Amino acid sequence: MKKISFRPAFFALPYVVICAIFVVFPLILVLIYAFIGSDGSFTFENFKLVFTQSSNLTLLLKTIGIAALTTVICLLIAYPTAMVLASAPFNRYVVLALLFIIPMWMNFVLRVIALKSLLFMLGVDYGFLATMIGMVYDFLPFMLLPIYTVLTNMDKSYKEASADLGANGAVTFFKVTLPLSMGGVVSGITMVFMPVFSAYAITGMLGDASTNVIGGKINGLFTTTSTWGVGSALSFVLLILVFLTMFISNFITARAPKSKPSASTKGGVAQ
Amino acid sequence: MKKTLSLVLRWLFLIIVLACIYLPIALIILYSFSAEKNIGGENGFGSFTFSLYARLFTNKQLMQATINTLVIGVVSALLATFLGTFTSVGLYYMKRGKKAVNFVSEITVVNAEIVTAVGFFLLSIFLRDVVMIPVQKGVGWLILAHTIITTPYVILTVSPRLNQLNPNLYEAGLDLGAGPMRSLFTVILPQLIGGMISGFALAFTLSLDDFVVTNLNKGTNGVNTVSTFVYASLRRDLDPAIRALSTILFVTVLAVMIIFNIVKRAKQKKLSAQQHTSA
Repeated sequence: MKKISFRPAFFALPYVVICAIFVVFPLILVLIYAFIGSDGSFTFENFKLVFTQSSNLTLLLKTIGIAALTTVICLLIAYPTAMVLASAPFNRYVVLALLFIIPMWMNFVLRVIALKSLLFMLGVDYGFLATMIGMVYDFLPFMLLPIYTVLTNMDKSYKEASADLGANGAVTFFKVTLPLSMGGVVSGITMVFMPVFSAYAITGMLGDASTNVIGGKINGLFTTTSTWGVGSALSFVLLILVFLTMFISNFITARAPKSKPSASTKGGVAQ
Repeated sequence: MKKTLSLVLRWLFLIIVLACIYLPIALIILYSFSAEKNIGGENGFGSFTFSLYARLFTNKQLMQATINTLVIGVVSALLATFLGTFTSVGLYYMKRGKKAVNFVSEITVVNAEIVTAVGFFLLSIFLRDVVMIPVQKGVGWLILAHTIITTPYVILTVSPRLNQLNPNLYEAGLDLGAGPMRSLFTVILPQLIGGMISGFALAFTLSLDDFVVTNLNKGTNGVNTVSTFVYASLRRDLDPAIRALSTILFVTVLAVMIIFNIVKRAKQKKLSAQQHTSA
């Protein structure tokens, strides 16, 4: 019998097996349970409930709205902040950029509780406004970091060339800086938009009955009651959304102009 | 003149954003030295005291939750660091199937947390009812789940460092008589130690931060982490000692980040100095 020689690629084998059991298989289970009724038989009932019961559909749409709004506000604050941080003389102080990221490393429930105390002190009522402040407060660093990484790695000669060719600041921004930083923007959007769907802890701490997100409903379906089928069907819908955003972001990133081999923005979290 | 104005405005902007970020944290730190139950209550600040810090150690449930959080964080981050590093090395030398593995690990990163949580929940049910493995949701199950969630981040951290290595090093180890494992441990891993430390730190903080997966997979035996314990006790009566815990955590994170960056800078300086002398 021929002995199979050990190849260094085999070091990845344990992870391949683990992925199959603990990543791929659970997703298949979600799909299976989505088609199992409360009596244990095959059924389309769960999906029917997701799309016809108005409470499920409204909640899903409302979550998409909250996620979109959070993403836009984060982008509007993070982009100018990243631009200032990446510009002279601020780019000389690495510590300054670090200050914006540090809260990200602290437990987010404790961070939101801190915010809750401040809002209570300022007299802001718990509800939609408080929820939005909480969402932006929590997710801002995740938008800031990838954009900052791209902007600091950007070759300055592009901007200089644009100025030399007679473009003013605004034209240079829209024609040069923004397109070149699209990779970071897309990465930031994916790190904010989908996570909002699961951020029911924030709505639970700062919101009222009208501000729940779909993640909270799904969690409830699996803990308080035993309506796992509907929970799985809702999870499956979210999974489709995840793949959709993944596909769109890969599409945009692939087509975006690059100034030079861009630094991995996701790995940038650890830098 | 115009330049000065622009500089002042940009400073002002940064300071306002920073103030918004740090105001809540500063408030918590300040009030961790007050024994008042509510921040901004009628009694104001009261008197300066360390009583909340003492109280922190007498709240048994909170202490247990803190210990659980640290145990789950350290063990899962260690496992993720080794698994992630092994996998990075494997992927580096892999020719076929590399894209598929990267895609699956990307799913773990971009997937909605609640879907991941549901997946682990259903897996535990499946293992118990169909495979007849009596899985107990609790600390062990959470360590497993956190390891799976954080390993892709270790891969993302370690892989870029591997690309800077000489690809023939592993072969050189084999040629000099080391087995595959020995070649990995004595030739490759020592060069990746920086990436492994970053990966461990990232995995640990991600585990510390997790709420959604933990909340659905902690079981019904009263196992809690800090996140789930604090969230659950919000409805009832939140112990103000939580302010002391937040302060300790924040100061620790701050200290670690500063030390980390000082070490990194010192290393970079040393490196560039070496390059200068050798040039």
